[in-house]
Amino acid sequence: MAGEKAAGEKKAGEKKPAKKKTDEKKPAEQKASQKEVGEKKKKIKKHHASRNPVLARGIGRYSRSAMYARKALYKRKYTAPETKIEKKKKEKPRATITKPVGGDKNGGSRVVKIRKMPRYYPTEDVPRKLLSHGKKPFCQHKRRLRASITPGTVLILLTGRHRGKRVVFLKQLATGLLLVTGPLVINRVPLRRAHQKFVIATSTKVDITGVKIPKHLTDAYFKKKRLRKPKHQEGEIFDTEKEKYEITEQRKSDQKAVDSQILARIKKVPQLRGYLRSTFCLSNGVYPHKLVF
Amino acid sequence: VFKRFVEIGRVAFISFGPHAGKLVAIVDVIDQNRALVDGPCSGVRRQAMPFKCMQLTDFVLKFPHSARQKCVRLAWEKENINEKWAATRWAKKIEAREKKAKMTDFDRYKVMKAKKMRNRIIKHEMKKLQKMSSKKGKKPEKSEKPEKSEKAQKSEKVQKAPKAQK
Repeated sequence: MAGEKAAGEKKAGEKKPAKKKTDEKKPAEQKASQKEVGEKKKKIKKHHASRNPVLARGIGRYSRSAMYARKALYKRKYTAPETKIEKKKKEKPRATITKPVGGDKNGGSRVVKIRKMPRYYPTEDVPRKLLSHGKKPFCQHKRRLRASITPGTVLILLTGRHRGKRVVFLKQLATGLLLVTGPLVINRVPLRRAHQKFVIATSTKVDITGVKIPKHLTDAYFKKKRLRKPKHQEGEIFDTEKEKYEITEQRKSDQKAVDSQILARIKKVPQLRGYLRSTFCLSNGVYPHKLVF
Repeated sequence: VFKRFVEIGRVAFISFGPHAGKLVAIVDVIDQNRALVDGPCSGVRRQAMPFKCMQLTDFVLKFPHSARQKCVRLAWEKENINEKWAATRWAKKIEAREKKAKMTDFDRYKVMKAKKMRNRIIKHEMKKLQKMSSKKGKKPEKSEKPEKSEKAQKSEKVQKAPKAQK
């Protein structure tokens, strides 16, 4: 009974896949024929219909091993040819290394893994950040400049080793710091950066129109350099960092280039040179909030 | 004892209030504390003003009480009060005070240098005269007078220099 039913089903089943496959065959054949026209010498692969008739959906007539035989897979074993690269690749990277170990009773060496398992697995790939709005990194901050500070203004430095000195403002750099020069000959202040907040802007201005400031004077030029070599030498950690600052030739030439232009304009204003040479100080009865700068 | 009186036509200087620093003429007295006041040439409208904020000046104009603004203006311009006022020491002191307050840092430096130079000159002359008087005992009286005249000369020169630069 089962056999008859199976036979009956088999027939019905046979038709369907046969039909399907014939349908599929046709376009395949068409394609194949078209291909033949275009490319002359390519082998046409005619795909055989399913060799495993369907008894019911998902159930085929033959078992796996029977299908192996029917499809002649014993014939179809493909391996890629072994190339030289594959041969070379057989040399796997070293997984372990033997290291010598000191001490009498420790045996001469140990076998150590080169790549070790991770010591810690974070449970989240990236820690979740709390929602924030408008928090920009420093490089994207808006740089502001006080209206009283324009190129050529005489500024009074309030902090740093040049405190109290009067100095000429050149331009604002990309990080917002002010590029400033003595000039060097007048008050020993070189081309230097100053912070806007620690500076008093006077109303005295030197006419700096037409003064060309070299373009390589940026923040990176002025930034302090620090040597960082990770070799641990315990005795000399503090010595490796530059103790003494040395004036490079480039700085000297840049200083000359800028100062020569500015000095010419300073000479035109009477008493300005002496003014820049002097330092600012408070004395009795002098109150900064009452002074007009 | 009192030289300046509140009278019709007295020019007064307003010391505080919205019209501080301006000159007005007293046109009429309202009561013990207030006066009717008018300053056509100094931008003060005709109004009542308490005596407390007025300081009397030396100038008196001639016009009848409650005269209208036109008359006050005529009298004012006839007497040339604005120029006379600018020439008084009072006005000059006010101006000097204002200039000092407006001094910038650079100006202060220039004044300091000028003062220094002036003091040097004075000292120099002083020393010269002292030397002379020490040499000859009979000259202490004469040495005083030339000092003062020299001081006055140098101070004028020095004052003119920084203020001209300002």
